[in-house]
Amino acid sequence: MPDTFFYATEVMLNGLMAGVMYSLVALGFVLIFKASGIFNYAQGVLALFAALTLVGLQDGQIPFSHVINAIFGTDLHNFGWTLPAVVAIALTAVVMVGMAILIERYILKHLVNQEPIILFMATIGLAYFLEGLGDVMWGSDIKKLDVGLPQGISETIETATYNWFGYGFFIDKLDIVAALVAAALVIALTLFSQYTKYGRALRAVADDHQAALSVGISLRFIWVLVWSIAGFVALVAGIMWGSKSGVQFSLSLIALKALPVLMLGGFTSIPGAIVGGLIIGMGEKLFEFSIGPMIGGATENWFAYVLALLFLVFRPQGLFGEKIIERV
Amino acid sequence: MNMQNPDGYTTADGRQIGGVMMEMKNITLRFGGVAAITDISFDIREGEIRAIIGPNGAGKSSMLNVISGFYVPQEGEVWFRGAKRPPMKPYQVAGMGIARTFQNIALFEGMSVLDNIMTGRLTQMKSGLLAQAMWWGRAQAEETAHREKVEKVIDFLEIQHIRKTPVGRLPYGLKKRVELARALAAEPKLLLLDEPMAGMNVEEKEDMSRFILDVNDEFGTTIALIEHDMGVVMDLSDRVVVMDYGKKIGDGTPDEVRNNQAVIDAYLGVSHDE
Repeated sequence: MPDTFFYATEVMLNGLMAGVMYSLVALGFVLIFKASGIFNYAQGVLALFAALTLVGLQDGQIPFSHVINAIFGTDLHNFGWTLPAVVAIALTAVVMVGMAILIERYILKHLVNQEPIILFMATIGLAYFLEGLGDVMWGSDIKKLDVGLPQGISETIETATYNWFGYGFFIDKLDIVAALVAAALVIALTLFSQYTKYGRALRAVADDHQAALSVGISLRFIWVLVWSIAGFVALVAGIMWGSKSGVQFSLSLIALKALPVLMLGGFTSIPGAIVGGLIIGMGEKLFEFSIGPMIGGATENWFAYVLALLFLVFRPQGLFGEKIIERV
Repeated sequence: MNMQNPDGYTTADGRQIGGVMMEMKNITLRFGGVAAITDISFDIREGEIRAIIGPNGAGKSSMLNVISGFYVPQEGEVWFRGAKRPPMKPYQVAGMGIARTFQNIALFEGMSVLDNIMTGRLTQMKSGLLAQAMWWGRAQAEETAHREKVEKVIDFLEIQHIRKTPVGRLPYGLKKRVELARALAAEPKLLLLDEPMAGMNVEEKEDMSRFILDVNDEFGTTIALIEHDMGVVMDLSDRVVVMDYGKKIGDGTPDEVRNNQAVIDAYLGVSHDE
């Protein structure tokens, strides 16, 4: 019996770790939604694009090589050098900022004061465009991403827990790193938003556009800023997911898993995104472990959505979201 | 003759009013086919309290929105300190040292009073994004310096007791005061107040009048305000522009305006076939 208990605990811990990944993606959604009321469907693709760019830069892959080869009959593939992980990550961050500038310049600027649904449609378009662009630039084969993060089961934890409880817990080192990185990211974002002038400007814009303009905040600058931060968060998510399961185009689908996370946590709350991600990650693993065998398994595919549906019925603003009160 | 302000004048209570700070020349503003403002010209002098009055729908708020860059007029020119101002976005106007409040209060409801007022300092903050993000020394020192200025404004407007309160929880009169504080925190050259006393009771109105006078007196801030309450306007302002149906029907000292027949007609209503 104690073994079952420990096993359940282990399943729960692994679920929590998986939840961190969901949280990372959901975090990007919340940032943009809070500041601009845009539900950014492209957040998952941003993570994919960031991961693709990172691998491409690291391996010295020539962008658009397929297209160039097809047109000029050349046989280009690589520059012939590899970049250190840190340099490649920094360059990718710069690319994500450039992307934010382009998105503001060519999409958002032209859609000011449009209905949220129009902006949502625009981000769907953006998602497919970026997916295509990533494909054309870097090719569509699955790539291995290795930025030097520790991989595999942590033996220290296994031995330590075995000595304490007589049961060795299997925890992936990468998951622990992901949890630490996510925690650091949240702390950094909170400090930035609470104690710097740009953070304050960001909160001001999220609260009231007109008032923000009147105190001298440029909305266009804020859009670029918030999309840059979301791009950076996407990069972090892309690194984690990519290191775990390789950089492949199904990465963009994690955006869909972030949706129930947001319904649970609330669309406007950063802690909500984190807690929501953890609950979903833990919940689906535990459910699969306990109820799954009785009903034929594969519950992880739908559990998150059913949970989100329940929340929509009983607490539509999510755990941490602002309660919507319409004055009549 | 006043040698320091050759263009200016001295008020009855001995304050020195300077030369022209802002000049509106033949402003016309239309929404579709409807003219909100038709061919209006007036000026605002350094250090004065200038009022814009008129019945509902006269175009007063539209005029304030033109000054603050929220509306761009179809015709006319805006001159600020001797230079013609190109069409500007509201945030750029704010950067020039023109702060404003709104008729319907536009505060950041989810933020504390202190944070709201701190946003007023944004135009004065110089350190860049990277320094801010990295929390390097200069950015931190700057934050402290701005915080001191903000505390002074808070003391000045007597809102110490609500500094940490989220604005959304404050009663209406205090919200108005916080909005004024946010505008003052920018240390504006020109302060635009859109109906600062609308919806207030007598006591609150007296407080607000006192604050407006003190701001003008102690900081030398030039103020342009819109107000419905005639009594308040006449007590506060040095000169008054009167608008009706988007046109200017009077301009002068409170006494001059009070005795202007067109103004009396507009306010009391007069049938036009007399």
